[in-house]
Amino acid sequence: MSSNPAIAVSNVDQRSRRDARRDALFRRLLKACALLVLAALLGAALSTLWGGREVLFGQGLHFLTSDAWNPVTGDYGALAPVFGTLVTSLIALLLAVPVSFGIALFLTEIAPAWLRGPVSTAIELLASIPSIIYGMWGLFVFVPFMARIEPALSDTLGRIPLLGKLFQGPPLGLGLLTAGIVLAVMVLPFICSVMREVFQTVPVRLKESAYALGSTTWEVVWDIVLPYTRSAVIGGIFLGLGRALGETMAVTFVLGNAYSITSSLLMPGTTISSSIANEFNEAVGTHRSALIALGFLLFVVTFVVLLIARLMLRRLARREGA
Amino acid sequence: MESAIYLRRRAANGLALGLSVCATVLGLLFLAWILWVTLQQGIGAIDWKLFTKITAYGAEGGLANAIVGSLVMDVMALAICAPIGVAAGTFLAEYANRTKLGATIRFLNDILLSAPSIVLGLFVYVIVVLPMSKLTGGAVSFSGFAGAVALALIGLPVIVRTTDEMLQLVPGTLREAALSLGVPQWKLTVQVLMRAATSGIVTGVLLALARLAGETAPLLFTAFGNNFMTAHPFDKMESLPVAIYQYTNDPNPALHAIAWAGALLITLFVLGLSLATRLFLRRHRSPND
Repeated sequence: MSSNPAIAVSNVDQRSRRDARRDALFRRLLKACALLVLAALLGAALSTLWGGREVLFGQGLHFLTSDAWNPVTGDYGALAPVFGTLVTSLIALLLAVPVSFGIALFLTEIAPAWLRGPVSTAIELLASIPSIIYGMWGLFVFVPFMARIEPALSDTLGRIPLLGKLFQGPPLGLGLLTAGIVLAVMVLPFICSVMREVFQTVPVRLKESAYALGSTTWEVVWDIVLPYTRSAVIGGIFLGLGRALGETMAVTFVLGNAYSITSSLLMPGTTISSSIANEFNEAVGTHRSALIALGFLLFVVTFVVLLIARLMLRRLARREGA
Repeated sequence: MESAIYLRRRAANGLALGLSVCATVLGLLFLAWILWVTLQQGIGAIDWKLFTKITAYGAEGGLANAIVGSLVMDVMALAICAPIGVAAGTFLAEYANRTKLGATIRFLNDILLSAPSIVLGLFVYVIVVLPMSKLTGGAVSFSGFAGAVALALIGLPVIVRTTDEMLQLVPGTLREAALSLGVPQWKLTVQVLMRAATSGIVTGVLLALARLAGETAPLLFTAFGNNFMTAHPFDKMESLPVAIYQYTNDPNPALHAIAWAGALLITLFVLGLSLATRLFLRRHRSPND
């Protein structure tokens, strides 16, 4: 009553201007935080490029094509760690993909409803176990286990012509095969959870139609579900590959750390990440630069792999939305 | 013959389903194997010394400094990544939901989520450890603070993603109701939407904690390790995973026992957290990795 309407209007005016100012400020603050995500990725690439410049630009192609790794003479080549990284990741995928597919099939088509929740939670738990635990278990339990079964592997698989070369060697327990198996267990839950989720997106109508025509469960999965979800399944596999390539602690313990490129999977090797973890704190000068350069390589490769994975996964999500 | 085809199809089906069950059993077997070994080896090695003595005593000591270091760094990491992550997630859900920028950030955040942690460690080494060492003339190089920054980078994408998802679950009518009362957008976001999504956002933070608490690789060359007790953020700092790593690499079996005890502690902590958060998320979350 007492207040002048003109003052009230200017009060409102003032307040709305203040609100607008605060809104803009708030928005800018949030945007800055969101851009930090981009900065983190970009920064990781640029900083490793910068840290490894001495080797990346100084030695250039030699770094990429040489298998030497000699801190005494300062001669560094990325070939052996790259070889180990690729071989262990490939073994991991070869083992983890069929097993993940089996588990996803079990969880979506076979298991009774009451069993699905607990089993999928249990499989997902594999993903939350810290990698250092995989490493300890690998070194103290799985390596001795492998040392016991490797002679049998050499005696049976090792006899096969051509392929047999992969399985001949000293039964150390340590080595590329062991690391590959441990990695397979680690990436399995990631691949499996993608597969399980995309299998659930297949329209029930499609599946029921196939069943109505007399298909078996396996035929429905192989001929209906898998083609329908193909791109996402490939995306899930690449996601697993991205994980396997960058995994550090578990591999470091069971790989044996040898800069060698061998035809036998039973021999020790090294990966990019385990080289960095093992040597970084003792390394100085060019050695340190070479390790950071390795990190740059790893980042670029995993970035590309994960990029493909996410693009494949997004394609399905878009179709789902349409 | 029709019946031969029928039989073959049935056999193929039976074989495939049988193998699928075997795959599931295999997966569960590995989980049980790893958990059983950790439990069995760890329980035998847990005693008071673990919590009262520091790693400087070696086999006669415990992990007190590692536990304190882990706690300090985890809390610092959350203090860094929780506000930033919640803000970034809010931006994605409320301001950039259908924009190109939002889609790009969301996409790259998913990549950061699975980026190799050791590279993030190298990143922090180059942008935090090296400059600090230069600035202080070498007095401060590796530090708990650097370790916390590395861990924050690992937790950040988890929080961004959960916040984003949880805010999108808040019904649009709530926004309209508040806006129709003339509430400014920032107030709507902070006092209505975030409050409605509080439990979801907290879950995201706990999920991030579960992920970063077990990380070893990025700490090796950021926090480094320290055999003595410290809570000072600019000292070199020990952590449980790094202590486990060092003890596992040691030939002394007495140290292995201590490492197993530490492994059990960390596994219980991480699995407990992620189980609880997963149960919560399962009830709320739409399917996605």
